[in-house]
Amino acid sequence: MADVTLDAKGLNCPLPILRAKKALKDVPTGGTLEIQATDPGAVKDFEAFCRTTGNELVEHHQDGNVYFFTIKHTA
Amino acid sequence: MADEQNAKSMSIIVTKGTLDWAYPPFILATTAAAMGLDVTMFFTFYGLGLLKKDMNLKVTTLGNSAMEMPMMGGHMAMPNIMAALPGAPALTTAMMKNLIKKKGVASVEELREMAIESEVNMIACQMTLDLFEYKREDLIDGVAIGGAASWVEVATKSEINLYI
Repeated sequence: MADVTLDAKGLNCPLPILRAKKALKDVPTGGTLEIQATDPGAVKDFEAFCRTTGNELVEHHQDGNVYFFTIKHTA
Repeated sequence: MADEQNAKSMSIIVTKGTLDWAYPPFILATTAAAMGLDVTMFFTFYGLGLLKKDMNLKVTTLGNSAMEMPMMGGHMAMPNIMAALPGAPALTTAMMKNLIKKKGVASVEELREMAIESEVNMIACQMTLDLFEYKREDLIDGVAIGGAASWVEVATKSEINLYI
């Protein structure tokens, strides 16, 4: 279970990333954020976001049309 | 907003002020800021309109010959000549705003607000203010006023410089 959960379903680029960045501020260092999104572009974007910011993309999976991302706040 | 010192930087020259062209600069600026870059936007000519308190942006088919709108499962071409019809620009603007809402795309106002929140530096072109007779009070708060040299200084230190 993630420390903070963000519902970004129905939002289009770049809102899932922008909301996630905002939500990460409330996640203590070492804690995790789960993002739920329906934007298929978010898959590549969260990978790029994590590589660039240094936060860790712990895992992501798809359930139906919803994408789940778990990001560890490390940066 | 930079998360660390020596963050990378991006600058964008914003020259266009229509509803469609307002998106690329604000999307890239907010996303880059979210990814830890220092971002500067320089608003000149028609781009200056994106700093007005009341934006009231429009989109027209004129000059947008590739423009198509989704319509009943297909796409409707929006030929240039349509722009000459009375009410056509209002119609295309309403269609696009409707799509923006329906597809969960942020409004330009929302993106601009997020850019301000994430401490994107915004510079309004002094020459454009003079040329088109705008006053400082017509623009939102938190905007710096400057000229070409202000952008050049930023650009020489930036990894990414875009002209939109």
